[in-house]
Amino acid sequence: MAEAVDTNLGTDANTVIAPPSTPVGEQVARVLVPVGMLLIAIAIWQLYVVLSGTPKYILPSPVDVGGALLTDWPTLLPSLWVTLSITFEALILALIGGVGLAIVLVQSKWIELALFPFAVILQVTPIVAIAPLLLIYAPNTQTALLIVAFLVAFFPILSNMVQGLKSVDHNLLNLFDLYGAGRWQQLVYLKIPASMPYFMTGLRIGGGLSLIAAVVAEFAAGSAGAGSGLAFRLLESGYRLNMPRLYAALILMTLTGVAIFGVTSFISWLVLHRWHESAVRREN
Amino acid sequence: MHGVSKVFSNGTLALSDMSLTVERGEFLSLLGPSGCGKSTALRIIAGLGAPSSGRIDWPSSTINAKGLPQGDIGFVFQDPTLMPWATVFGNVYLPLKLQGVGKDVARPRIMETLATVGLADFAEAYPRELSGGMKMRVSIARALVTKPKLLLMDEPFAALDEITRQKLNDDVLKLWRQSGVTVIFVTHSVFESAYLSSRIVVMRSRPGQVYADLPLATSTARSEAYRTSEEYRATTALVSKALQDAIHAGGGSH
Repeated sequence: MAEAVDTNLGTDANTVIAPPSTPVGEQVARVLVPVGMLLIAIAIWQLYVVLSGTPKYILPSPVDVGGALLTDWPTLLPSLWVTLSITFEALILALIGGVGLAIVLVQSKWIELALFPFAVILQVTPIVAIAPLLLIYAPNTQTALLIVAFLVAFFPILSNMVQGLKSVDHNLLNLFDLYGAGRWQQLVYLKIPASMPYFMTGLRIGGGLSLIAAVVAEFAAGSAGAGSGLAFRLLESGYRLNMPRLYAALILMTLTGVAIFGVTSFISWLVLHRWHESAVRREN
Repeated sequence: MHGVSKVFSNGTLALSDMSLTVERGEFLSLLGPSGCGKSTALRIIAGLGAPSSGRIDWPSSTINAKGLPQGDIGFVFQDPTLMPWATVFGNVYLPLKLQGVGKDVARPRIMETLATVGLADFAEAYPRELSGGMKMRVSIARALVTKPKLLLMDEPFAALDEITRQKLNDDVLKLWRQSGVTVIFVTHSVFESAYLSSRIVVMRSRPGQVYADLPLATSTARSEAYRTSEEYRATTALVSKALQDAIHAGGGSH
């Protein structure tokens, strides 16, 4: 990843030394090893189910699950869509709210002191426990789920962002003062860029939590019928002993989680790979 | 810079009743034991932290809201203090960006300044890709890009190795001669101050005050040859003596 960086830097050196490149074989192996392991694990699962003759309603084979994924797709897709939209709406709201509030908090120590108790109370309360309460107040189940997922994703983003905005090199702050930078310039050119590594941590944690919260809150809320998310499909399949479909719903959740992790990690890499130690490959 | 008379004290009385007049175009070194308030003095001159008493007078110059001459001061910190997320170009552009100068307008000036510190080829590099000495050069370029009348340097080369330090000393001297900027250079190195300065102000600690004021006029140009000359040796001896006396006057715990 980092090799491409220095191509035009060697101009004043007499010799251009080719950066060490990873051999093609290793690059292929980097993909093959984890994918191969996954395939082997699935094959063992299939083999075990077939050889032991475990009934489908206890442990379905991967082939059964794949079949359920295909045949039940019309049922599962709307549910996936519901879960996805709750997750992403919650994450986006949490990003706006968390970053926005963090910026307000660091402006003045009095604002921070005033809001501190609320932040602590909301953070330490198991938010899922108030889901039934929210069901009463919210106009519908989806809104209640959205609020829960938002609250859960909000705090890691807020606290990381506050930490990040405060972790600015003091000499850089002095430098900005010296050049007469205003509050706004200080925020945009210094504090926000400096907080990016922290923000990315908050984003990755918040992204994962918003999915978990969207699912767990749906369990707690016990939504039913049309417009239900994957959590309801999972429960429903369990009650009906339709294990292949349960597994299919579970796999969709996992894939969603993996996708969120992948996207947030990629964004983080995109922003940080040129400068931050966490994203730069160590070379000795 | 006329009549920079400066009087103040803060919590631990870092500086007490210190007065100093800096002439235009001088290369003035503030030399003293650690903890004598040289850096504090420099920061107060820069307007970073107000004096508890006393004042700084500036010559005719547009004064901004904070009582500092607008855009006339460059500051080089002890650490390079670069923004790691910005390229060398971006870091040097910063002072101009904060003044609202457009990137395209600023580009020739930035490239010119980078060329004077020998980093024109590294404009697109990130700070982490540079050596300690190069980072310091970027920091110097950033301080010079606004074409300041006064350049403040706070032990800028203390963390560098001897070879890099000598090279940078020569470069700073060259920049000083070329640009005619006034330099106030804080250091705890007798040899560095004797090599660079046209005037050395020795400070004592407890309380931080000016102890001795030594103008240095040298016959030859400062260069490699000067480093080994008898004149340089005599100067360092003189300065060392003044520093020793200053340390004794300050309680001599060093």
